Amino acid sequence: MAQDDLYRTVVLERARAPRYSGPLAGAQMRGEGSNPLCGDRVRLQASVDAQGRVAALRHETRGCAICAASADLMAERVTGQDRARISQLHADLATAVETGMAPEGLDELSAFAPLHRHRSRIRCAMLPWSALVEMLNDDKDR
Amino acid sequence: MMDQTVASPADIAGSLRHIRADFPILSQKVHGKDLVFLDSAASAQKPRQVIDAMADTMRTQYANIHRGLYWMSERTTEAYEAVRDQVAAFLGAGAREEIVFTRNSTEAINLVAHSFGSLLKPGQVVLVSEMEHHANLVPWQMLRDRTGIELRVTPITDDGALDMDALARNLSDGRVALVAITHMSNVLGTITDARAIADMAHAAGAKVLFDGSQLAVHRRVDVRALDADFYVVTGHKLYGPTGIGVLWARREILEAMPPFLGGGDMISTVSFERSTWASVPHKFEAGTPAIIETIGLGAALAYIESIGFDAIGAHEEALTAHALKALGNVSGLKVIGTAPDRGGVISFTMDDVHPHDIATLLDRNGIAVRAGHHCAEPLMRRLGVSATARASFGIYTTPEEIDFLAATLEQIRGFFV
Repeated sequence: MAQDDLYRTVVLERARAPRYSGPLAGAQMRGEGSNPLCGDRVRLQASVDAQGRVAALRHETRGCAICAASADLMAERVTGQDRARISQLHADLATAVETGMAPEGLDELSAFAPLHRHRSRIRCAMLPWSALVEMLNDDKDR
Repeated sequence: MMDQTVASPADIAGSLRHIRADFPILSQKVHGKDLVFLDSAASAQKPRQVIDAMADTMRTQYANIHRGLYWMSERTTEAYEAVRDQVAAFLGAGAREEIVFTRNSTEAINLVAHSFGSLLKPGQVVLVSEMEHHANLVPWQMLRDRTGIELRVTPITDDGALDMDALARNLSDGRVALVAITHMSNVLGTITDARAIADMAHAAGAKVLFDGSQLAVHRRVDVRALDADFYVVTGHKLYGPTGIGVLWARREILEAMPPFLGGGDMISTVSFERSTWASVPHKFEAGTPAIIETIGLGAALAYIESIGFDAIGAHEEALTAHALKALGNVSGLKVIGTAPDRGGVISFTMDDVHPHDIATLLDRNGIAVRAGHHCAEPLMRRLGVSATARASFGIYTTPEEIDFLAATLEQIRGFFV
């Protein structure tokens, strides 16, 4: 069968056995993102530290392997990061999936770069990130 | 094209080669692989006869219709109106005036919801089923919200057939004005017993509309034998172009209905104070229509008729039986919808592998299937799934393609599970 480097081991592993799924005790923020076109849904719970960095993030994802793996890798990657760094990672991931070229420092998230050849699936990887950015912005506005 | 014959399976295997040769796209490569197109229920591919008819019209005689006094306009008008006769024959209509050209089935149903719907009174009921495409649900919700009619939903059974007992109960209060039900589900492949539904609807004083978008591709439709009141089809699933669909309705119903869209072509006289309407069907065809697409539809119907529904039906029955067996052998694969009377549209899930992942990995192997909710979200909820993958067949589909699908699915499963 023709394989696809999109479904790399890291994507399959995280989709099958997520490390950051489930509810978060003591969560200070909750967010949700959904894609009505395909029914994917990501629910997020997060806590932040005194400096405004994400202290912990958990996700509950109902969706495809791309969406589930993206949520899990995101939760791992943004832990300990502030809003500015998270925005940068979001933008870099968007660049990677649009162009197929991963900006430096994206590391494991570059697994999604092959999505540039599957344009209808880009939103699957971006859904957790847009939900996260929205949740953090909503919190900032309060 | 081939002569119209009663085909045996052996004939079809032989003629499949010829049929496939008529569809230029089938020789395309996708990701370096042979295209295996299993998404004809979404939109079918086009034979060269359709492509040529449209291109030849534009190359040699194109002009606007119904108004030009010159040679080209007259020839194009003749070609366009000849398709109305073809469609009337294709659907078994009583008269060419009963054929209204629309953009697609969705627009045809919206026309009925808007125009016939305006004759309904608050408290009257439009009855749909649980397995409707959004196209046969949302227009009725909009009508309900505009006029205060009631929208009632008849459930399906667990195997995906229409629950006829529930239909009888839903009709029993005598308030149903219209039963609007699919003739073949785009998700489950279920073929409904249209004649029985029509008889029940009429006995309860209701009119009946069938969404024939899927069925008309696979079986001969005879609107008079079905005793239907409205029947809608769309050209692009019938191997014709996009942008052309058909509403058939009984002449007396069309005559009683007010126009849908206003503009040129649909009027008799116009003054600044008032206008009077053209006779049917032109009353419902405002503006310059999809001339080239209509001529393309005519070529598509001629193509289908040249193969004949005996051959098409035999081919499809054999393919569907083959597919149900081949897919049934794939580990973890569950076919959604097992109604006794069904066509070549097969929805399935495979363990916990998401249908979108299935579709992407099939695509890498050149196989095109649909994945998602198939414009039938309420049905997905009824079935307890958020999405399915769907393989659907056309006159060009081969058993070998289905075997390749099954083998590739087995490999994809091994990849995830």
